[in-house]
Amino acid sequence: MENLIAFFSDPIVTTVLLALIPLVFILVYALVTLYGEMKIAAHIQNRLAYMETGWHGVLQPIADMLKLLQKEDIIPESANKFLFILAPYLVFMGTYASFAVIPFSSGFIGSNIDLGIFYLIAASSLVVVGLLMSGWASNNKWSLFGALRSAAQIVSYEIPGVLAILGVVMVLGTMNMQTMSQLQDGGIQNWLIFGGNFPLAQKLALLPFMVILFVIYLLSSMAEVNRTPFDLPEAESELVQGYNTEYSGMKFAIFYLAEYANLFLVSAVVVVMFFGGWSSPFGSFMSGTVWSAFWFIAKGMFFVFLNIWLRWTLPRLRVDQLMYVSWKVLTPFALACIIAVGFIMVM
Amino acid sequence: MIETIATPKTSTGKSLRTEEMIVNMGPQHPSTHGVLRLEVVLDGEIVVDVIPHLGYLHRCFEKHCEHMTSYQQVIPYVDRMDYVAAMTNEFAFVVAAEKMLKIEVPERVHYIRIIMAELQRIASHLIAIGTFGIDMGAFTPFLYYFRDREKILELFEMTCGARLLYNYMWIGGLSHDIPPQFVEKTKEFCTDFKKTLKEVNDLLNYNEIFIKRTANVGILPKDLAVNYACSGPMLRGSGVNFDLRRDDPYTLYNKFEWDVIVGKGEMGTVGDVWDRNIVRQREMWESLRIIEQAIAGIPEGDVQKAIPKRIRPVPGDAYGRIEGPRGELGFYIVAEDNVTPYRIKARAPAFVNLSVINEISKGAMLADLVAIIGSIDIVLGEVDR
Amino acid sequence: MTAQDIHDILKLQFTDAVIEAKLENVVDPFIKVRTDMIKEIAVFVKNDERLQFDYLMCLSGVDYKGKLGVTYHLYSMVHHHKIVLKVEVPTETPDVPSVESVWKSANWHEREAFDLYGFNFAGHPDQRRILLPDDWEGHPLRKDYQTPEFYNGMKVPY
Repeated sequence: MENLIAFFSDPIVTTVLLALIPLVFILVYALVTLYGEMKIAAHIQNRLAYMETGWHGVLQPIADMLKLLQKEDIIPESANKFLFILAPYLVFMGTYASFAVIPFSSGFIGSNIDLGIFYLIAASSLVVVGLLMSGWASNNKWSLFGALRSAAQIVSYEIPGVLAILGVVMVLGTMNMQTMSQLQDGGIQNWLIFGGNFPLAQKLALLPFMVILFVIYLLSSMAEVNRTPFDLPEAESELVQGYNTEYSGMKFAIFYLAEYANLFLVSAVVVVMFFGGWSSPFGSFMSGTVWSAFWFIAKGMFFVFLNIWLRWTLPRLRVDQLMYVSWKVLTPFALACIIAVGFIMVM
Repeated sequence: MIETIATPKTSTGKSLRTEEMIVNMGPQHPSTHGVLRLEVVLDGEIVVDVIPHLGYLHRCFEKHCEHMTSYQQVIPYVDRMDYVAAMTNEFAFVVAAEKMLKIEVPERVHYIRIIMAELQRIASHLIAIGTFGIDMGAFTPFLYYFRDREKILELFEMTCGARLLYNYMWIGGLSHDIPPQFVEKTKEFCTDFKKTLKEVNDLLNYNEIFIKRTANVGILPKDLAVNYACSGPMLRGSGVNFDLRRDDPYTLYNKFEWDVIVGKGEMGTVGDVWDRNIVRQREMWESLRIIEQAIAGIPEGDVQKAIPKRIRPVPGDAYGRIEGPRGELGFYIVAEDNVTPYRIKARAPAFVNLSVINEISKGAMLADLVAIIGSIDIVLGEVDR
Repeated sequence: MTAQDIHDILKLQFTDAVIEAKLENVVDPFIKVRTDMIKEIAVFVKNDERLQFDYLMCLSGVDYKGKLGVTYHLYSMVHHHKIVLKVEVPTETPDVPSVESVWKSANWHEREAFDLYGFNFAGHPDQRRILLPDDWEGHPLRKDYQTPEFYNGMKVPY
């Protein structure tokens, strides 16, 4: 018994266990979102999905997961074996590493570093490497296409996204995600989308720019995650399945998981930057460690829902139109906003 | 073993060596609407050349016809050519055969045939626009449209027992008369369908992203369309005001009033993909008009009165054509003094329309190629017969 | 314009090209012309102002047991009249000049006629099989066609 307690109080073991909490969260969240996406898609399309397994199909994601786990893992003969196997794990690693700096509640953050969001941007760029590897290693022209398009898209959309983040960092004065949430604590009027915790004049001046930066970041994040209308890299009707074509079984499951994890990651970043992170909209009512976890997850899931809604409503943009939107629309707007925000903060 | 017949070019010069890439789209591909193989020569994302390879669904329809025991026996085979719009296939064959045999059918048969053909036209356009939406990434209009297509298929099932391949229009008449509740249900359908049409029109056709993907893409100029003998929405989308129902009338279309929809280049250039799509969308409104007019005045009569017991034609030949949902569907029947047909050639609109693809997709991007194929609206059963 | 007028215009322009014409008492009036002149006739009927046959509705091959024939169904978008032209060639040497340069729609129709009947369209830019596999032997729609026993190792009749 003492051995057990000593084992669990060992700092390394504690760290490992804490590091696994986001993983457990991601797995549960992925199942819930899978169910949610299919059901929302179905209701938008005027049909019912999943009705057989369990009440209204709630057990279906478990069935899907079991199916993916027991599928045969095929590696094409002329594929580059090492890269082929490494690619999905690299994509997941890039996403999961960023979960270390997400403040799930006022009492829990994986790693409370001062470089928070900077580290997040850097680590999530690993996804591009993974996608390129999967496209190349599949030895399939269609996968290569998907991978090239995806690399171009993610790299170009990082720029307006990072500029939006820069604007927020300038206003809040910190890159630490936990501090960002704390600065927006105290009620809905302190959220950055409504101007932040500043005197009224500054708040009103900041408000339009914050809304613009929010929209810019939202669009860039949708492009980062390869969701419609930016899902050209995995455009099913053109490229079969894009960079995913040759993957099956567990590796495909990891890609899928990575996509959903990435989706939550960018939703979480939006929530932390603009919508107060874990802070409750009612000020001190319903706040505290456990309540703040609830608020954070609720707000994150709202943006996930928004993403799913847009996916099933809009058609997809063509590659050159995608690039046009990024370079000629979002980036100039982001730059203009940063200059304006800089002025306002200096005054 | 896939054989490609194009030869890619490599660029010479001191800078980075580039090479054109040959990619095969198909035969199995989610968006080529069937088993069609397109050999695409790409320079990056730009299409340099498209070479279609057909024949994956060739079922020797024309050879089969030469071994039938009767002209009526050809009708189920004709159904299966364009399996998406079977009524209009039968209509074309029956028009050609009745022209050759000089058979006059009762007026009730004419009215019912027109109603069925227009319902089938709507059903076919629903598939065309729905699958085109999926190619563009909009998954939802497809399902909305299929809900309404179900209602049309129910109407067909009520009449002849089959949902997709009917064997309904026979030479000289029809196989079954319409049941008593058909008129009521059709009127109900016409009223309900208008709501969906409005809904999807707003959801898909005037969506900013959809317009960006389809306007100024795949432009088919007027004279090229006529030279390539394109027909149907492809021709009308390029601005040619030509509709076989009005300009080369068959059965009793000249009794009804409707407008011919012509592409005007509203969102881009005349003859682009958006025009062809909006022609199909608006044609459905016009088909509803025709159906409502026809349903209101079906005369009484016996639909099986003029069906000949034995068809043994006078030697000769005839070419009969109708305006099908994809374009001009024609049958060239060569008859000798025998119950077996001597030669039946099916002029399929999708076959002729598809030949244009090389000309209109030069310089487009790969994503545009998908849009262009979707707008030509091919059904491989018809292309390959 | 009636079929008789079209026939008269053609006879005036090409004195000896018209072999036969059946214009009365027939469902589709047709004009049978000399095979080697079909290309010039095509150019003429497309460009002449009174005729202006700019739309080739259908081009089909027919096997008349001993002879092969090609039938051209033409339509004018301007004047809304139709005519049928026919040519005949012996089965052993089915050479027909191609009208692809006049009406581009003939491109695929002639490829299909070559594929199924074995015509040799002189001047066609891309004469290869369209519906059947490229290495198929024989021309199926001919009346004396025998299905081959084997194709690439697969037994054909079953």
